[in-house]
This record gives sequence, C-alpha cells and structure tokens, in this order.
Amino acid sequence: MGRTSTFLLSAAIAVLVGTMPASAAWQPQKPIEFVATAGPGGGTDNLARAVQNIITKHKLTEQPIVVVNKGGGSGAEGYVYGKASAGDPYKVIFGTSNAWQQPLVSKVAFNYTDLTPIAAMAQDEFLLWVKQDAPYKTAGDYLKAAASGEFKMGGAQSKDTDEVLTRMIEKAGKVKLTYIPFKSGAETAVQLAGGHLDSHVNNPSESLGQWRGGTQRPLCVFSPKRLPQGPKVTATEGWSDVPTCVEQGLDIKQYEQPRTVWLPGKVTPEQAAFYVDLMRKVQATPEWKDYIEKTSQVDTFLTGAEFDKFIKEDLDHVKQVASEQGWLVK
Amino acid sequence: MDNLQELLHGFTIAVTVPHLALMAVGVLLGILVGVLPGLGAPNGVSLLLPLTFGMQPVSAIILLSSMYWGALFGGSVTSILFNIPGEPSSVATTFDGYPMARDGRPTTALATAFGSAAFGALIGVILITFLASWVAQVALAFGPAEYFAVYFLAFASFVGMGGAAPVKTVVALAIGFAIAAIGIDTVSGSVRLTMGVDELVKGVSFVVAVMGLFGIGELLVAVEEEFHARAVSSKIDWREVFRAVGRLPRHGVALLRSAAIGCWMGITPGGPTAASFMSYGIARRFSRRGRHFGTGEVEGIISPETADHAAGTSALLPMLSLGIPGSATAAVMMGGLMIWGLNPGPMLFVDSKDFVWGLIASMYVGNIVAVALVLMTVPVFAALMRIPFVVIAPLIVIICVVGAYSVSNSYLDVVMMLGFGIVGYLFKKLFYPLAPLVLAIVIGDKAEDAFRQSMLISKGSLSIFFANKLVTCLIVGGIALLLLPLVLQLTRLWRRPASPAIDTPAQEKVII
Repeated sequence: MGRTSTFLLSAAIAVLVGTMPASAAWQPQKPIEFVATAGPGGGTDNLARAVQNIITKHKLTEQPIVVVNKGGGSGAEGYVYGKASAGDPYKVIFGTSNAWQQPLVSKVAFNYTDLTPIAAMAQDEFLLWVKQDAPYKTAGDYLKAAASGEFKMGGAQSKDTDEVLTRMIEKAGKVKLTYIPFKSGAETAVQLAGGHLDSHVNNPSESLGQWRGGTQRPLCVFSPKRLPQGPKVTATEGWSDVPTCVEQGLDIKQYEQPRTVWLPGKVTPEQAAFYVDLMRKVQATPEWKDYIEKTSQVDTFLTGAEFDKFIKEDLDHVKQVASEQGWLVK
Repeated sequence: MDNLQELLHGFTIAVTVPHLALMAVGVLLGILVGVLPGLGAPNGVSLLLPLTFGMQPVSAIILLSSMYWGALFGGSVTSILFNIPGEPSSVATTFDGYPMARDGRPTTALATAFGSAAFGALIGVILITFLASWVAQVALAFGPAEYFAVYFLAFASFVGMGGAAPVKTVVALAIGFAIAAIGIDTVSGSVRLTMGVDELVKGVSFVVAVMGLFGIGELLVAVEEEFHARAVSSKIDWREVFRAVGRLPRHGVALLRSAAIGCWMGITPGGPTAASFMSYGIARRFSRRGRHFGTGEVEGIISPETADHAAGTSALLPMLSLGIPGSATAAVMMGGLMIWGLNPGPMLFVDSKDFVWGLIASMYVGNIVAVALVLMTVPVFAALMRIPFVVIAPLIVIICVVGAYSVSNSYLDVVMMLGFGIVGYLFKKLFYPLAPLVLAIVIGDKAEDAFRQSMLISKGSLSIFFANKLVTCLIVGGIALLLLPLVLQLTRLWRRPASPAIDTPAQEKVII
C-alpha cells in the first residue's frame, strides 16, 4: 500500500535524523514559546500544556518552555502571529485542522502554507449525541424523526469542523438541520442537556461528564470501526459500546479532528527536524498515554509526507462541502 | 441536612495544616498578581497550573482557588487607589472607591471594599452549600433566548437606573457594541470591522479598553484640572481598618440587596461583571444618599463589591456541575480539573465527593484567610497614596502601558490603549457615562450571539422571547426599565408643563 510505504519512508527519514551526529543537529539556544490557538481550558490549550509538562518533567530539552494563549478570532490570532514570526524557530504553534479550514471560509490574514507543518499528534473523534430521554435509539431512528421536522443541531464555531460534519449528515441522511453555532463544545453540551437543542456532534471529552451524568448519550461514532476498549463511562457502557454511524445506516465512514503542531514559515529543515523528534519523544512517555486516555482521543503521529497527504485530502473534502454551501471566500 | 454533613466532612479535608498553608501561599500570590499590572487572575492561575500536576486534586484546587480569591481582592486595590480596574467586575468599584481614596480616605475605601467583598463571597458559598442541586437545574433552563434576556435586562437597567441622561447612556452602549463586534463573528464565522488591520482579528481586549478609559483618561482630566501635586497625608492607621469594617452592618440593607443581586446574576449566567454594574445602578436609585454617588459614597463601594464576589463565588457552581466556566479563570481551572483526571459535569458531585466538598469548605476558610491577610496589607497599600502626584502619574502610565502590552505581547494594544485614553477623556468632558461603554464591550458580543442564536432557532420570529414564563419575565422587566426614564419624563412634563428640563444640568454633574 502507498500509505505504508510513505510511512516507512518518513520513519526512515526520522531514524536518519535521529541518528545524525549531535554536532550537526540544531539545538534551541533560548526559551521556547508554545502558542495555543485557543483560550485557556480548551482542548488545544490542554495539549500545549500537557506537552510542555512532559518535556519539562523528562528534561527533553535544556531550554524552558512557556505557553501563551492566542485564541482570538477562533484561533486566527495565533496563526497570524505564527505567520508574522517567519524564520523564528522558538515559536511552536498548537492548533487543529482550522489551520487550513479557516482560510477557506473566512477572510483571515494567513494560510496554512505560511507555516511549517511539524506533526498531527492526536485525533479527536466525533459522535452524534442526543438528549438522554430522546425517543430514538439508533442513528436510523434519529434520521427518520429528523426528516419530518427540522432538527436543531448545535456545534462549536461557524463553518468549522462541527458545521462541516452537520452538512455531511444532511447530505448522507437526506435531512435538513438547523445549525446553531456556540462558542465551545462544552457550552453546546449544556444547551443539549437543557433541551434547547436536538443534537450535537461533540468530541468524547467535551461530553464525557454529561454522558456519565445521564443528561445525554451518543448514538454513533463517525469512525470506520468502534473505539478501543476502555473503562466503562456509565454503569453499563463505555466508548467501545457505541456503534459506528455506518453500522446504523448513516453513511459517513470517517471524520476526525487532528491536533496539529506547527513552526512559523521559513525555518530550516534542521530546526523542523528537532521539533519532530521532540514531539516523537513526548509521545513515547507514559504521561502522554495517560493524557490520551483521560481526554479520550486516539493516539496518532503524522509527520512529513504523510501529514501533507492528510491535509490535502481533508482540504479537498472541506472545499467540496464549503463550495456546496457557498462558504468559500475569494 | 445531607449537604451539611458533606460540608462538615469537607472541613475535615480543608482544615489541615498543609492545606491552610497552601491557602495562605495562594492568597498572597493572588494579591500579588492582582496588584501587578497586566498579570491578573487567569494568567496567575495558568502559571501555577503546571506545578499542581503532581498534587492531589483537592490540594491543587485549594491552591488555585485561593489564588483566585487573592487576585480578586488585589484587583480592587488598583481600582480604588489608581482608578485602574484589574478585572471587568471591579470597574464599578472605581466609581466611588477612587474618589474616596483621592479625598484622603484610602484606608476606609480599601477596608470597606474588602469587608463587603468577604460578606458577598460568604453569602455566595452559603448558597452553594444549601442549594447546589437546585442551582444546577436553574442554569440548565437557560437557552439562547434566556441568555439574551438576562443581558438585555443588564443593559436596560443602565438606561433606566443610571445617573446619566438616558440618551447618552444609549450612545455609550452603542459605541461599546461596535467595539465588541470587532474580530471574528461566532455565528457567521466571518471577520468584521478589522479595517484592514490583520491583528484586529483577535478583537479588542477588555484590559486594553479599561486601562485606557480609566487609567489614562482619568490622568488626562487630572492634569487639565491642575491636580495640585497633593499627597494625601493619611497616617497609617490600623484602627481605621477595623472601624471601617465595624461600620459595615449599618449598611445592612445595601449589603443584603447587593448579595441577592450577585447571587442571582451568578446562578443565571449573567456573571460578576453584570452583577456589580447592576447592583451599583440599583443602589444609586434606592440609596438615601444616591444623589452623592460618584463622589466617594460608602454604599457606592459596598454595592458593587458585595455583588461582584457573591456572583463570582456562586458562578463556580455552574462550572463544577455543568462544565461551563463562568470566567477566564474558571476556564483555566476547568482545564486543570481535566488534567487531574476529574470531569466537570453533573457526575462530579457523585463521583468526587471529597473533591467537591473539600473545595466548598475551602471556600469558607479560604475567604476568611484571604480577608484577614488582605486587611493586614491595607495600611501598606494606603501609604502608596502619600506619594505625590508628580511621581504617581508617570507610574500609572507605566502600569497602563505594561499592562496593555502584556495582554498578548502586542504593540497594537498599547496604541489602542492610548486611543481609549483619549476616548475616556472626551467622555468625561462631555458628560457621557463610561460604565455602559465598558459593559457593552465586555458582554456585547455575548448578547449579540445569544440574540442571533435565538433567531436561528425561531427562524426569525421574536415570539421566542415570550415562549415561557422565565424569558417573558426577564424581557418584560427589561422593557419596563428601558421605558422608565421616558415615563418619568412624561409625568414630569404633564405635572409641570411650564418648566422644561431645567434640572438636567444638575443631574449631569454626578455622572460617572
């Protein structure tokens, strides 16, 4: 398979980089700034702080690391800052897929090509959630009910991942949904609990507490196979008990949100390689496993050509949805 | 009674030597970040967060929440002494606190503020203790329409209750809404009002706005009015601290009313900022000395401070039970909760009883520790007022510049801050009120989001604002407040048709 060979190739490059003599490899000489393209407390911020904590604890670099939040404009503030810092290898930008999605639909002053991709470190899954006492048991029931009345679907931000997925559900399920954007997934979850919405497509960690508390439940997960076995969330069910959406007749095979890491543009390949290697070391620690499990994400590591390919595919897909909806900006 | 038992259990967790020591450390650090320019509670808490990863969750939250209390108290210090509010919610404290301090009574102003703040916080914790489950249910009833109705009520109370001419209040609100709209729009996702400046996509930070409006604006006015380089010759007087606190019960009505407003705005998602503003406006209307508000009235300090802390404390409950952070600081703490392996949400009260009740007990103890420590620092801070104006004025400029820059290390923010300084000066000279402008900057975009979300849900029909009892009451209350000045004006005209609007200039004098 093409995928495997690119993986082998990038692994080989990584090994080569890793085994290069220490004198040739670039090392940071002053403090490093981690820029979270989100406000304090959100998923992106948590990732930046978790990585900072792991690096400091295991002394993976000599230099101190500070985390700053630049979450204004749905993250645009952080990316614009990254663009303005071209050539500066002491700024590491933490974001999501909105690095390439936001410039498509909004007149922001950056594009992902202004940045140097380092890695996609984790994938957050999406699920279809309904209120606990809703009458439907499966995604099929939900679609049947949605066909007769216009359902209210909540989500975080406008024209971002949640709304893209909503439009995909509309198309695949042949229904019409009213999308209501909120500031964050947590806010959306509370609105569903209060009965102000019919459904939303939150990530697992955004609705974990609400599921346990019996205010809402997931109908299905937008993933090719069920989530890995883990501890039970409610008395009887865990993430692995949630069926896939395809199983239930909602034909969307895969939809995930990558957590991405970038450097500003115009940095040298050695500098980029240092951070790829650093993130790889972070991923090998037990603290990382712990972080992944606690936030119910999927551990992945995409870098180099593989990461580029992922961005291209996602971009093509989002572009299609965005042009159908008339969202594209010139 | 169940709750009481849990609370006693919580006290056994909170009142231990290591935890009391953590509280003292947290409070002192908090006062420090509250007083220092540009740091503030959210930054302080996020700096401390990594240190807590190795701790027990209860110890960690006790440290962080104590720091939060300390920072809230510390923020009032700069509001009162230098007219620079550190948090949106302490803006209203400047209205009477600063004049009082400038009149040579900084000790009284600080002690009054701290005393009433502690009272407000205490009422808030008591509410949490006994009504935890009920409060969580109330918050759930709030959909977009209800959110909008609460914000609408806050804005309307300014038009109806504020001291300025209603038209000027509306103008100030409108300018604030325009500033709040800068940046990315939540509902459409598009960029608005950045006028070609890429950096403006992040929007206008509240800190930048208030540092300019209040700090620099006040300075410009003072310079023009030949602020006689006077130093306040207040002796360091310990007894005045206790006297001021001792006088508080005389204002029992104001205390209780403000605490009630604070708790209500904390439970409904209005938040501490709206609470302190509303409480101040209502106190001005109902206080016997309401006419003197803005010149250093005791009740003008008590009302916003009590409401602010009552709301700030009771707002922690929605965070724990629903997972919605009520403030930036609460958002950082919530991030911490998840890293410690706890899930904020309905099950927290069931799964992590020790944590929740340890925290609630620590709120009682922590606030007492905080107020004791902070009262001890009053004479020290009050002594700052003895520094002559020629020295303090450049210091204020430095504080404002550093503070604005450190929000996001941006030079643009400094320029904007200075621009806001000029706006603040013009507002004062033209008798336009600053408070509605600030309120609109802080909650204007939330109100807009809520309104447009409601419109999406109802497909453009305004009937959603009369769809149930809760939202109808809020909206009707808001409309009534909005029309109040108009009705008063009409009845006055009707009674005395001969004397048209002679008393307006006198009214304008007391504008804040």
